[in-house]
Amino acid sequence: MHHHTPPPHPEPVTLPVNRTEGCPFDPPAELARLREERPLTRLRYPDGHMGWLATGHSVVREILADRRFSSRQELLHSPIMDLGELPPAMVGDLTGIDAPEHTRYRRLLIGSFTVRRMRALTERVEQITTEHLDAMEREGPTADLVEAYARPVPALMICELLGVPYADRELFQDHAATLLTQSADEQERDTALTALHEYLRNLVLAKHTEPTDDLLSDLTAADLTDEELTGIGSLLLVAGLDTTANMIAHGTFALLSNPDQLAALRADPDLADQAVEELMRYLTIADPGVRAALEDVELDGQLIRAGECVTLSLQAANRDPSRFPDPDTLDLRRKATGHLGFGHGIHQCLGQQLARVEMRVAIPALLARFPSLRLAVAPEDVPMRAATNIYGVERLPVTWAPVTWDEGEADGAQRRP
Amino acid sequence: MELSVDRERCVGAGMCVLGVPEVFDQDAEDGRVLVLDAEPPPGRRASVRLAAGVCPAGAITVRE
Ligand code: HEM
Ligand code: SF4
Repeated sequence: MHHHTPPPHPEPVTLPVNRTEGCPFDPPAELARLREERPLTRLRYPDGHMGWLATGHSVVREILADRRFSSRQELLHSPIMDLGELPPAMVGDLTGIDAPEHTRYRRLLIGSFTVRRMRALTERVEQITTEHLDAMEREGPTADLVEAYARPVPALMICELLGVPYADRELFQDHAATLLTQSADEQERDTALTALHEYLRNLVLAKHTEPTDDLLSDLTAADLTDEELTGIGSLLLVAGLDTTANMIAHGTFALLSNPDQLAALRADPDLADQAVEELMRYLTIADPGVRAALEDVELDGQLIRAGECVTLSLQAANRDPSRFPDPDTLDLRRKATGHLGFGHGIHQCLGQQLARVEMRVAIPALLARFPSLRLAVAPEDVPMRAATNIYGVERLPVTWAPVTWDEGEADGAQRRP
Repeated sequence: MELSVDRERCVGAGMCVLGVPEVFDQDAEDGRVLVLDAEPPPGRRASVRLAAGVCPAGAITVRE
């Protein structure tokens, strides 16, 4: 068999993070160039570590599935900022450990997140979305979609599922956000984590004495220490609060910016499942992943040495033209299955079936309620989140006021050429 | 087509159930994969192969 040997190594790169102005949906352009030249290339990390960057769909997928690559936090280096030597993952943090410790936690949880169980929540998601759409309608005809809809719907769902009082959200929402901010320094991170754990620890104690019908109470009966349960609870809460929320808001922004796709989805509600997968691929809001090689591994004709980290650009992989033809086009009718928006391998998103149900209900319901939904500001004035592990909009000002002639003109001018 | 699953490897992601609910299910208790139809009819084999391909844990094996 012929082996393609890449040309000698160019200078190591640093991780491209800047998006082209006016392209809030596209990954940094530099990633596409790297993917074309060398889907696995040398990366210089901000702390001086010399590792790798994977941008091609097949190589990213291969590494995520390969157990010779570890998720253990203490082995990882951040491709974004110098965090110094990382401590081992907090007890109960599934994302930063390997099998068999990971297997033990994961097995205790998957029974509660099956396709069937999550689909059974559809009606509840419908109720919650209806209540929030009613409130928007009462207070409209303008709103910040993030505050009024995208954030509260998944927050209520994860709170109910776990058994966390939604009324307490002041006590955990900001801390959860801090943990996902890449620019937060160690002290900010510590403070947020300590506060979040403190809150969950008290809640776990309460569930012991007065169990309720929810996941945290169920898990008090499992073979877990209170410390483990506190850690697992914190992870699930953080993961549930800030992920789907961004998909709903950023996904709506993407649809409003692609009127033909928006019209297709309005015209054919059966398209919703596919639309969700394509939005997941196109937006890839959770990025990047990092793994460390536990031994020397030869891949793509190159040698990754034991101890070296590989940064996995899920967004570059999901725009790989060799896997998804015409990848930079949002096409709700394409088969986006196989995208890496929920990751791949043993850490593939535990909450993905919940997220799917939430998106599947929330996005079409919003479009159905407000047939004239549009941005209330110019697209370039939508504030984007900077430097977080979960990408999206900061706010999304929308309106559904009857279209006046003047506004109609402005709306027309917003469309892409 | 010979279809087999490795429940030890399964991480309960549910991709198989999402793709081919006629063939795959998840155990109501432990969340891991169950095969409902080990000899899927010809019309369903392409989607079973696809499910094997997207399973994040490599837990599904298909032999023709
Ligand atoms: C659309 C929304 C979501 C996106 C884009 C997303 C994305 C991801 C990604 C990419 C991973 C893999 C991380 C890695 O490889 O280290 C992951 C893992 C995880 N997600 Fe999600 N997620 C979403 C929603 C949720 C929700 C709603 C929950 C709540 C239960 C959740 C809980 C988790 C957990 C617990 C893990 C760790 C799993 C493990 O390490 O075994 N996610 N998610
Ligand atoms: S796709 Fe794979 S990991 Fe997920 S439930 Fe099916 S067999 Fe298990």
